Formats: sequence, C-alpha cells, structure tokens
Amino acid sequence: MDLHLSSTQKIETGAQPVMDDHRRIHPGWLRLMHGLNALAVLILVGSGWRIYNASPLFGFEFPGVITLGGWLGGALNWHFAAMWLLAVNGLLYLLVNLVSGRLWHRFFPLSFHALFVDLRDALHGHLSHADPRRYNMVQKAAYLFVMLDSVLLVISGLVLWKSVQFPLLGELLGGYETARYIHFFAMSALVGFLVIHVAMALLVPRSLLAMIRGR
Amino acid sequence: MKTPFPHAKDADLIVRNALGGLEAPARRAFLRGAVTLGGLSMLTGCSISDDTSVEAMLMKISRFNDKVQAWLFDPNRLAPTYPPSMITQSFPFNAFYSENKVPVVDADRFRLEISGKVADRHAWSLPELLALPHTEQITRHICVEGWSAIGRWGGVRFSDFLRLVGADLSAKYVGFKCADDYYTSIDMPTALHAQTLLAFSYDGEPLPARYGFPMKLRMPTKLGYKNPKHIQAIFVTNTYPGGYWEDQGYNWFGGS
Repeated sequence: MDLHLSSTQKIETGAQPVMDDHRRIHPGWLRLMHGLNALAVLILVGSGWRIYNASPLFGFEFPGVITLGGWLGGALNWHFAAMWLLAVNGLLYLLVNLVSGRLWHRFFPLSFHALFVDLRDALHGHLSHADPRRYNMVQKAAYLFVMLDSVLLVISGLVLWKSVQFPLLGELLGGYETARYIHFFAMSALVGFLVIHVAMALLVPRSLLAMIRGR
Repeated sequence: MKTPFPHAKDADLIVRNALGGLEAPARRAFLRGAVTLGGLSMLTGCSISDDTSVEAMLMKISRFNDKVQAWLFDPNRLAPTYPPSMITQSFPFNAFYSENKVPVVDADRFRLEISGKVADRHAWSLPELLALPHTEQITRHICVEGWSAIGRWGGVRFSDFLRLVGADLSAKYVGFKCADDYYTSIDMPTALHAQTLLAFSYDGEPLPARYGFPMKLRMPTKLGYKNPKHIQAIFVTNTYPGGYWEDQGYNWFGGS
C-alpha cells in the first residue's frame, strides 16, 4: 500500500473497479491481440496475393502495388513468417476466450430472429450501439464467422504448406488442389469481412476508439 | 541494452551486422515503427521490404522454418500415389530459363561425378546407372508457384544408391550440380526417404531433355525447385551447400 496517497486519490482508487467496469469496453490483452491479428492478416493477405499471382487460379491477377514481398520468394518469406503470428496469436485468443468463458457469454446464445432484426436495423442505418460492451446479433454472427473462417484458412494453409505431412487434413479438404480453392475463397470471405468491419468501425467511431484506447 | 535480441550471440552474422550498423535510438525507432499503423502502411511499399534488417529477420524465420520442417518430416510417411489414369496430360515444363534453352547432354560421354563424404568416388556412365534396380512411382509434383501435376517417374532408390557408393549417411547434406548450371541441396533424412528416386525415366520412356535428361532427383516430399534436373555431380557434405533459388531467398528445406 502506498501510504502517501491523498484522501481524494484513495477515494478515486477505491472507486476504480466500478469506474473501470463502467468505462472499459475492451481489456488490454484483447486490444493487443486484435492489433497483432490485424498486422498478421494484412501481411498474409498482401503476400498471399503475390503468391497467387505466380500461378493464378482464375483469369485475373492482383495488381502488384497492392501486394507484399516484391517477388514470389519475398512474398513466401513474409507469408511463412506472418503465419506464426496469426497461429500463435489466434490460438492464445481462442484459449483465453474458452477458458475464461468470454466466448460463451459474449457470443452466445445466437438467435436467427435477432440476427434478422438487427441486420434489418443495420441496413436502415439505426442499429443500436447503446451498450458497446454488448455485441448485437450481427456482430456476434460476424465475429464468430471470422473466427471459423480463420481456422479454415489455417487448416487449408497447412494442407498447402505440408500436404504430405498432414494427410488426414488433406483428405478432409479434398486434396491439395481443392485446398488451394478453399484457401482462396476463405481469404476472399476474410477480406469481405474486413471491408465491412472497417467500414462499420468508421461509421461508428466510438467502436474504433474503444478498440484502440479500451474505452 | 546493447543488443535488441537476447540471442544475438548465436544469431546470424547478417542480422548482427545489419542491426549493429544502427545506433540504439534508430534501432528502437525501427522496432517501434514495425508495430505502429504507420509501419503497417509502409509494409506495402517497397522501402521496408528492401530494408536489409527486415530481410535479415525474414531469413532468420526461414531458417527457423527449415528446422520446423525437418522436425515435421516423417521419414516413414509416404506421399500419396495415384493410378495411371490420373497422370497429368502434357506435364508442364518449368525452369529458370525457357524451353529452347534446355541443355543437350551427350549420353555416350556422360559421367556422373560423386564426391565428398563417400567411399567410392568413381564416375558413373549411363549404362552402369541404368543397370541399377528400378522402381516406379506415380506421385504429385507440387511447384512453389502453387500449381501441381501428377507424373510417373522411374529410377533407382536414392537411398540404395547412396549406400552403394558408401556415402556417410550421418552427413547433413547431399548436394547436386546440374548441366544447366542449376544447383541445390537436400537434408539426409529426405535423401534416404523410400520415395526419393534418382530418376532416369518419365512415363516409361528415357527422361526427355525438357524433364531433365539424363537424370533428375525425384522427391514427392519436396517442392519442385528441390528436384534438380540434368544432374552431373552429387556430393555428400556437412557444409551447407545452398541452392540456385535458395540463395536468392526461397526456403531451403522446401518440404511438402
């Protein structure tokens, strides 16, 4: 205990847990993980597009300026470096959420009816963000979707990286060539989420500030 | 703190040199820059990609990935094999040069040189090599570019050949030098894998020039650039030999 605290400071300190609960929306560990995940995703998508260009699955290529790595070898090195960041950070995130029960009380129960209502409200531009510590049903569904999509990206990525060493995963995804398409479409879904996610954060700046400052 | 990494003593010379050249405040600024949003937007530009310290960090992670792959590699796990009906029609040609630059190797004068940590260093003629026990495989060739193709290769098990020449099987690397000036090297566990073939034939025919006449090393457990064509010399060594693409930044282990 610091004995030099003034009485007002003591009162403030004593009141802090209540104040904290009232004002803090995202804890520090979550904001850090969110930032690291954003960094990993940007690197993986940018380098992934350059790798895609080496042997395009479809009749288009990503413009070189929006890719990362400069050439195939550089892009692969970025990709296989950032995969560790995504995987370790992602596993820790899931672990903390599962063990603490946060996953359960933040994202469940899901309701199709509520999703429909919230989606309609969102499209009409008056979705309530009155309590930013509670996710609305659209947010719950979107964040759960992006978690599952990330898991799919990691699994299909493992098949592409090590199809011989992970034969069961390979069979589960229909083999190496199918895994390429799964990896691509899972990336597309992630980028689609990212566009909406960033747009929403800019439309509701309070939510963006909450993820940066915690309140 | 003098050094940004606790293991700087053991770290690559490159990394030490690259980071050692920066004054402490500059180093901190670099590390801070790497995690800010400003640094994030810079990642897409070429300035930070060309930065030598970033390059050194990526190469260190690539060396770490070599170790992870060596650990993941199961010497007894076989790559999938396929029925003849699944062989890719017109298997792609791929090299660091175009198809009209494929080297012409004189079969009669050809000798395969063996050197390094081996007991028998005699040079092999093609008839001698073709007399060795023959194995066939139909496996998937996966290119680092992402595409894959199924082909049928035949030749001698490389592990049998290494034993035949009395290679030191406890050595770390097997290196290859090729008629097209390509060169590469592999780890000993992969060299001894049951599906690693010194291949002389493709789809029942002598290996065509575009696929690597007179021989290529066929490994379904590694990416295409690790499978050298037009092999002229094989050596066993404990000194890291690198490779044509590997020296430019491709991952050395290149396993699949």
